[in-house]
Amino acid sequence: MMDALGILATASVWAATLRIATPLIFGTLGTLLCERSGVLNLGIEGIMTIGAMVGWLTVYRSGDLWLGLFAAALIGALFGLIHAVFTVSLGLSQHVTGLGITLFASSLAYYTFRLAVPMAASPPTIVPFQPWRVPLLSDIPFLGEAIFVQAAPTYVAIILTVIVGYVLVYTPLGTAIRMTGENPHAVEAQGLNPIRIRIWSVVAGSALMGMGGAFLTIAVFNSFFPTMVQGRGWICTALVVFASWKPWKALLGAILFGLFDAYQLRLQQVVAGAIPSQIFLMIPYVLSIAALVVSTQRARVPQALMQPFRRGEH
Amino acid sequence: MVVHDPKEMSSAISVTDVDIRQREVLELYKITKTFGKLVANDDISFKVYEGELVALLGENGAGKTTLMNILFGHLLPDAGQVAVFGREMELGRPRAAIAAGVGMVHQHFTLANNLTVLENVMVGTEALNRVASDRAGGRRKLIALAEQFGLAVNPDAYVSDLSVGERQRVEILKALYRDARILILDEPTAVLAAPEAERLFSTLRTMAQKGLSIIFISHKLGEVMEASDRVIVLRAGRIVAERRTRDTDQATLAELMVGRRVNRPVRQRSEPGRVVLAAEQLGFIERGEVKLRDVNFTVRAAEVLGIVGVSGNGQAALGHVVCGIDPPTQGRLTLDGATMESSRTTASAGVGRIPEDRHAEGVVGEMAIWENAVLERIGENRFSRFGLVNRKGARAFAAELIRRFDIRGGDVDQQVRRLSGGNMQKLILGRNLAGQLRLLVANQPTRGLDEGAIASVHTELLAARASGTAVLLISEDLNEVCALADRIQVIFKGSLSAPLAAEAADARTLGLMMAGVWETAQ
Repeated sequence: MMDALGILATASVWAATLRIATPLIFGTLGTLLCERSGVLNLGIEGIMTIGAMVGWLTVYRSGDLWLGLFAAALIGALFGLIHAVFTVSLGLSQHVTGLGITLFASSLAYYTFRLAVPMAASPPTIVPFQPWRVPLLSDIPFLGEAIFVQAAPTYVAIILTVIVGYVLVYTPLGTAIRMTGENPHAVEAQGLNPIRIRIWSVVAGSALMGMGGAFLTIAVFNSFFPTMVQGRGWICTALVVFASWKPWKALLGAILFGLFDAYQLRLQQVVAGAIPSQIFLMIPYVLSIAALVVSTQRARVPQALMQPFRRGEH
Repeated sequence: MVVHDPKEMSSAISVTDVDIRQREVLELYKITKTFGKLVANDDISFKVYEGELVALLGENGAGKTTLMNILFGHLLPDAGQVAVFGREMELGRPRAAIAAGVGMVHQHFTLANNLTVLENVMVGTEALNRVASDRAGGRRKLIALAEQFGLAVNPDAYVSDLSVGERQRVEILKALYRDARILILDEPTAVLAAPEAERLFSTLRTMAQKGLSIIFISHKLGEVMEASDRVIVLRAGRIVAERRTRDTDQATLAELMVGRRVNRPVRQRSEPGRVVLAAEQLGFIERGEVKLRDVNFTVRAAEVLGIVGVSGNGQAALGHVVCGIDPPTQGRLTLDGATMESSRTTASAGVGRIPEDRHAEGVVGEMAIWENAVLERIGENRFSRFGLVNRKGARAFAAELIRRFDIRGGDVDQQVRRLSGGNMQKLILGRNLAGQLRLLVANQPTRGLDEGAIASVHTELLAARASGTAVLLISEDLNEVCALADRIQVIFKGSLSAPLAAEAADARTLGLMMAGVWETAQ
């Protein structure tokens, strides 16, 4: 019998933390990229759902897990392009378009799933990504089991965080993206096209969201349910604010949320029966809101977020 | 880039014979641009030569900014061509303009506050597929340029931490970094205090001596006379005159710019009536900071009380308190003897208000002229019935304002943000003065306006006074206050001086008082 704090001393809670955090890392990173260019993407929930479906279906048909992840990125990018055409090229409301994308993509995911897979008593399954032991590092006592035995896409997510962080800070492209989110007129005055920068940022960000969704079906579970994203997209949208639009803080935020979730699962077993399980289910959300309240006091919002860019209008 | 030796050129040629010997660097040819029914630029052609400072003079709405936005590629003209160094430039693309050697310092700075100075300067200068930005090289080049032109700025400072003057330097450096040979500045002194403006013009002179050609937009005659070699005057979208600065004078330029002789109205004697507005020991504290302290004044019917002072001495708070937007934390404000209530009631009580920041507190830019015209009095029967807006009545009222107050730039359905500052101000004045007012509070009513608009605002303020309205004029412009006010009080650090009769006040005394000298004397 463990006590409540003893849970944190087990390697399994940390391993679970990273597993739970992975879709959030993908999603938060994607949202961050969109918003740094000045576009709110509330299509994330739907894009994750359809990414989950397409990723799963691709693996179901081809048996290739990496192809599934790639297909999910592709479908995410496609829906990102739709969002970008409406919000960036046509300058329509980012809220309305994003929610529309979420409704459309979620429904389309279920519809396509039903067309592709006949009704069955138990849903068809695939063989998902298995935990991969990183050579040498996974042999470190405690840390090895806690961090270095994960499904491969988890490492992809972490590496992508580093890449996105580097690109945003150190490359001409990243500087231009940050400028676009702050003042697209400045970008135009420097001879670049802010519309193009926004479109590609949204497309790339949405591809990441699609991958986040796919992680659920091809690494965490082995089948697809239409409701499986369960608000993770909205969590990502909040985590970006928590992260103050910085990739490394986004990674931290996602891991923190994953830890709360992994912790409450185990805490439920420790104090089973004494407290209703719903209370535990709330913990990650309550703690996340608390963290948001504390951290957003100093958050620096991209100043041109949600402002459509029209040429010749200052 | 065309390589030449600017030193040789500028030393050999004096300002007196600019257009005879110097090289032509820019030609605008038959540029025409319309926005709907409005012709912003009508068949405009002119040339600019190497090393000269050209002023583009015109009233608000004359089409100066539109023209320069076309030159820099922000806007595509309906017709016309631009040639730079004899080669035709592709229009409608800032990138093409930059490549041709044209740089622009925008009135609303095109800077990203979340980036450093260096990052702002470097965006767009490197291929986007580079794996790393060459910050070290960029920094070297930026520092060298800053030294060369005397534009001191810290490359690693975030733009959000810079003063307005520093931001403008960054804007100029951005253009120089792209090797601009022709520099456009859109109303560069609009945001600067006097010493900063002087410093800017001396920098521009240095740049011209190094062979750059500079076009600056302005509606201020003083700076045009002082800083330019040549003046191009624009009125209603057309070039009405081109003059060498040394061959002309302010009065001529003013007349050319406005199209008629501009005379500011002269205040006539009047007999002040009853006390309309009285402030007794007014105090106001905002976020723990004392903004107003023991403020006493009275404004009588058919009288202008001028409150003059250097910006930031409590004028904004005074304007808000008097208009009922913020309740005073101390003291009492009475209107015809009754204590003044909140802003909800002041408009219907016959109090007119010209706010300090017309964009933020005067008009709603996204709304049409007719909507803005009735915003403050939408509850009146003639503008709404049973909770529905009477559009016909509101439009008729707006059309009346447009006619009576000569508001230009569009019909009643025009979005207000498309109007020039002067026309916006006329709309605000007009909707206040359309009915009989007991009190008019005018806070910086002519800030940012051009000569013609200033004269018409002054005329309207004096007309209101003549009709018996009590006018409270809050202004930073000493000349304005001296010209309009019957009595003057100086505001300094939230306190008011004792009132001076206009006849007794001279500019020198008031200037000293604005610097706070009266406070120590008391």
